[in-house]
Amino acid sequence: MSKYTEDDLREELKTKEYEYGFYTDIESETFPVGLNEDIVRAISKKKDEPEWMTEWRLEAFKVWKDMVEPEWANVNYEKPDFQSIAYYSAPVAVDPNKTLDDVDPDLLAMYKKLGISVDEQKKMNNIAMDIVVDSVSVATTFKKTLAEKGIIFMPISEAIQEHPELVKKYIGTIVPTKDNFYAALNSAVFSDGSFCYIPKGVRCPMELSTYFRINQAGTGQFERTLVIADEGSYVSYLEGCTAPSRDENQLHAAVVELIALDDAEIKYSTVQNWFPGNAEGKGGVYNFVTKRGLCEKNAKISWTQVETGSAVTWKYPSCILKGDNSVGEFYSIAVTNNYQQADTGTKMIHLGKNTKSTIISKGISAGKSQNSYRGLVQINSRADNARNFSQCDSLLMGNECGAHTFPYIEAKNKTAQIEHEATTSKIGEDQIFYCNQRGIDTEKAIALIVNGFSKEVLNKLPMEFAVEAQKLLEISLEGSVG
Amino acid sequence: MLKINNLHASVEDKGILRGINLEVKAGEVHAIMGPNGSGKSTLASVIAGKEEYEVTEGNILLDNEDIEELAAEERAHKGVFLSFQYPVEIPGVSVTNFMKTAINETRKAKGLEDMPANEMLKLIREKSELLEIDRKFLSRSLNEGFSGGEKKRNEIFQMAMLEPKLAILDETDSGLDIDALRIVANGVNKLKSKDNAVIVITHYQRLLDYIVPDFVHVLHNGKIVKSGGKELAHELEAKGYDWIKEEVNA
Repeated sequence: MSKYTEDDLREELKTKEYEYGFYTDIESETFPVGLNEDIVRAISKKKDEPEWMTEWRLEAFKVWKDMVEPEWANVNYEKPDFQSIAYYSAPVAVDPNKTLDDVDPDLLAMYKKLGISVDEQKKMNNIAMDIVVDSVSVATTFKKTLAEKGIIFMPISEAIQEHPELVKKYIGTIVPTKDNFYAALNSAVFSDGSFCYIPKGVRCPMELSTYFRINQAGTGQFERTLVIADEGSYVSYLEGCTAPSRDENQLHAAVVELIALDDAEIKYSTVQNWFPGNAEGKGGVYNFVTKRGLCEKNAKISWTQVETGSAVTWKYPSCILKGDNSVGEFYSIAVTNNYQQADTGTKMIHLGKNTKSTIISKGISAGKSQNSYRGLVQINSRADNARNFSQCDSLLMGNECGAHTFPYIEAKNKTAQIEHEATTSKIGEDQIFYCNQRGIDTEKAIALIVNGFSKEVLNKLPMEFAVEAQKLLEISLEGSVG
Repeated sequence: MLKINNLHASVEDKGILRGINLEVKAGEVHAIMGPNGSGKSTLASVIAGKEEYEVTEGNILLDNEDIEELAAEERAHKGVFLSFQYPVEIPGVSVTNFMKTAINETRKAKGLEDMPANEMLKLIREKSELLEIDRKFLSRSLNEGFSGGEKKRNEIFQMAMLEPKLAILDETDSGLDIDALRIVANGVNKLKSKDNAVIVITHYQRLLDYIVPDFVHVLHNGKIVKSGGKELAHELEAKGYDWIKEEVNA
């Protein structure tokens, strides 16, 4: 039969490029490659930072020098050479005091290509945006509207200048510089990121959003995000990421710290679409990220992530449930295709009484990829009546991929209630034929089945993000059934 | 409407259909009966375009167009509908969402815009009332945890939504109690018109008490060995299939 088969489709898709793989030719200022104390000082100086910040960075650098990269994750890759990376790169045209109108037109064109017209975002979605290209934050919209409510949303480099007392009080308290190899590296060299503070009792009226992009070749991106929700406040925060297609691996080592004080709630959503490498497994971003939140009394933190990109992912957004009655949630969809490797999950640390956590993890593996869920549920001896529910589902496509689940449970209190459910399934030819027979082609059928599988998590995303995430799932898995 | 000429089909090089000839005109109901393993379900799958089956000889014409080369979804777009003997589960996808996708994909293939949401809702309401389906049922995941009767009723609901030219009901009666059977059959009867045709594949006569065929064909060893009116079904019910086999072998 001369039918258009899945093999034809697969061939066609091999040549299909990563949609966000363009490189924008913007004049950039990039530091020489390599890392030493001078570079750390130079980054700090470039940002005109106060001395305490410089010292904090140098301290982190000292610690980092003696650390080794973690090797326990279920991933294999060639270790980056940390002396061949440039630790600072910035589009030259940026001046934080200028308005959007003054932003380099090439840069604006790039946002358009990314599908995030800043103006549109502003008007239609009611989202305040911060965009970090390479190392610096280039635009923070809606600053004034937010300021009226006392909400601070700005690049962290500016926050260090304008609100040093807040930054100094909280930075490194949730993810200490010594926490791990990549967190230490980030602490030493982070060049920008977002800072957000919601005052007592304020409900942030719009979604706050940061868009990260690595543009320059041979640079790493090390952004740092700090979100503080003061007592009784609420904020929903979104983060998106893309990078150009490049043959070499790029390093992304971010740190995100969330602080939810008494009765506060933070929703943190990520759609991560860093370049995953090509169909042969060449290139792609190493995504080694530390994300952690602290909940005080009655506070709640929800992490929602849709991870479709990166060649290697190492990421465990976690909650420290310190306050009594606090709640931690982790909703995740991780898609791996071709040669991608993901080791991702969460840690729920129950310290307070009556603390609750929920983990819903959906792993989708296709091609020759490896997808691991790794999660820790820890119930401290004083955490009376702590409860956890974990559900880890894996969906396999084809016969060459892998799905793995590594749940760790440590309960030191007898009143703890911990539930863990796990399933593994495969998209069947019968399911595909059933859809085909109803007029739905194979590509669309896979998208439908995958969306159904991921629904519980997609539902947790803010509306406009959910649509984008659904599209991303479709793109990431095109032509991967076998 | 449907014309099948000397159709031979095999799966994994094993010949199953060995020269089927069948003509179905608009407005007609045909029943295909036969013992287990005679090729009934294979015939349904081959008409619907299941990939594992290879047509080695002959052709299938739908409105005088050879559909042999068309993918399953393209045949569906042209109005071929198969009610599955074992409908599959698709977790997390509601019946409504599935139907919305199916209808819009079919419209897209015809160069039409998506069906407006209010029209879709109206259609769903209309068809669920026609088939006495509780609308709560429509927000459940497709076939997940459905009883046998619910699965089959859902198939007929989909048929109602898609309004096919040619509907093939593959063993729709299997696994149904008498009440469910009556509901399903009533649904089919309500959907019957002078413009569409139905092929009922069944092992037993009882479904044909409710969906009365114009023609009955008996399939044996991949061939139609006997055709007749509805009384043939009664004869089979009374005498079994052995006398047909003997007749053929004689």
